Amino acid sequence: MCLAVPGKVISIEEKIENSPQMAEVDFAGVVQKVCIDWLPDVKIGDYVIVHVGFALNKIDEKEAEETLKLLKEMGDLE
Amino acid sequence: MKYIDEYRDAQAVKRLSAQIKKLMTREWTIMEICGGQTHSILKYGMEELLPAELTIVHGPGCPVCVTPLEMIDKAIAIAQQPNVIFTSFGDMLRVPGSRLDLLSVKAEGGEIRMVYSPLEAVKIAENNHDKKVVFFAIGFETTAPANAMAVLEAKRKQLKNFSILSAQVLVPPAIEAILSSKNSRVQGFLAAGHVCTVMGFEEYIPLAEKYKVPIVVTGFEPLDIMEGIYLAIKQLEENQYEVENQYRRVVKREGNRAAQKMMQEVFEPVDRNWRGIGCIPNSGLKLRSAFMAYDAEHLFRVDAIHTDETTECMAGEVLQGLKKPLECPLFGKACTPEHPVGAPMVSSEGACAAYFRYRK
Repeated sequence: MCLAVPGKVISIEEKIENSPQMAEVDFAGVVQKVCIDWLPDVKIGDYVIVHVGFALNKIDEKEAEETLKLLKEMGDLE
Repeated sequence: MKYIDEYRDAQAVKRLSAQIKKLMTREWTIMEICGGQTHSILKYGMEELLPAELTIVHGPGCPVCVTPLEMIDKAIAIAQQPNVIFTSFGDMLRVPGSRLDLLSVKAEGGEIRMVYSPLEAVKIAENNHDKKVVFFAIGFETTAPANAMAVLEAKRKQLKNFSILSAQVLVPPAIEAILSSKNSRVQGFLAAGHVCTVMGFEEYIPLAEKYKVPIVVTGFEPLDIMEGIYLAIKQLEENQYEVENQYRRVVKREGNRAAQKMMQEVFEPVDRNWRGIGCIPNSGLKLRSAFMAYDAEHLFRVDAIHTDETTECMAGEVLQGLKKPLECPLFGKACTPEHPVGAPMVSSEGACAAYFRYRK
């Protein structure tokens, strides 16, 4: 139920006053409209994590790399 | 898919499980809160990779599973009324109420529609002015801001025919209920990564301190979960009890303030019954009085419906990590995904359904 999926922002719709700000997000080839109201500084090309049609946060590329690097180092310790 | 595939690397998961084995000097019991994590653990057979001295118990983080029977009966009573379009996330439709489920109401002619987003329910209301459209607002803190947005949108569009039946629940009070129970055997938690994406993790710090348990905010892919377990075991072995963030690529300490603000504008905490567990103080969300016009429970006068939960089903014990699904006498016999007795057998994130699918 709390499933949220990463996708890439490919376009941002023009802001209509008082309406939810929408963007098109690409989920491995499936494009869906997603509300980005809670991420005011999101840009085209950013990866976001999406739940029931809402982007909850941007994915931090540096942190993602860091985690993978750390995990790899732990594996190398064996 | 970027940010998914690299976290499903089977070799890396195995290497990490070897590190966990090396770390462990005694028996430990850890609970993952979130049903999505339960599903991943069973789907990827992760328990088989872990040392026998480590017990993973599955928590109450499946909104479909913890929605009380009474609330399902209220949903059914509303859906059966004429001129109503009842909208819901798909999983809720098959959860048994005391006599029926929502799908059988649909079979009897009730207008029930499955939606992917709460905003779809608002759109249905916009396109059907002659019908009363009700959205079954379930979910944890991950979903509550989206439900709040639906209410605000209905208000902005001045829709008089939209309301929600709120059965939303909160994670920290549930963790506290589990930890304060005398029977609890949980020594460490994997906190739900997407709940924390919205809420951040500051509210877990007092819990970790009070009960001296490590709480590791954890993602959903196999490598995330294995790392979450590793970090929790490392803390336990070192006698630490801190809140740690494994899911750093998505979760920030403060969460998403804009989403929190929207949720708090529309909802306030309320005591809530959890199916099979009972009442947990301040563990639910109800509409604030300014939004009473959108409260289906009040509008359809179903607040008086009370249902007692008397069943042999062990869902409550499973959801508190006291029992595993395989210990239930009904499991796989009287209770299957085709004919579920308890809600954890309905949702794909329910521990019983996951065991049935992957372990039977």
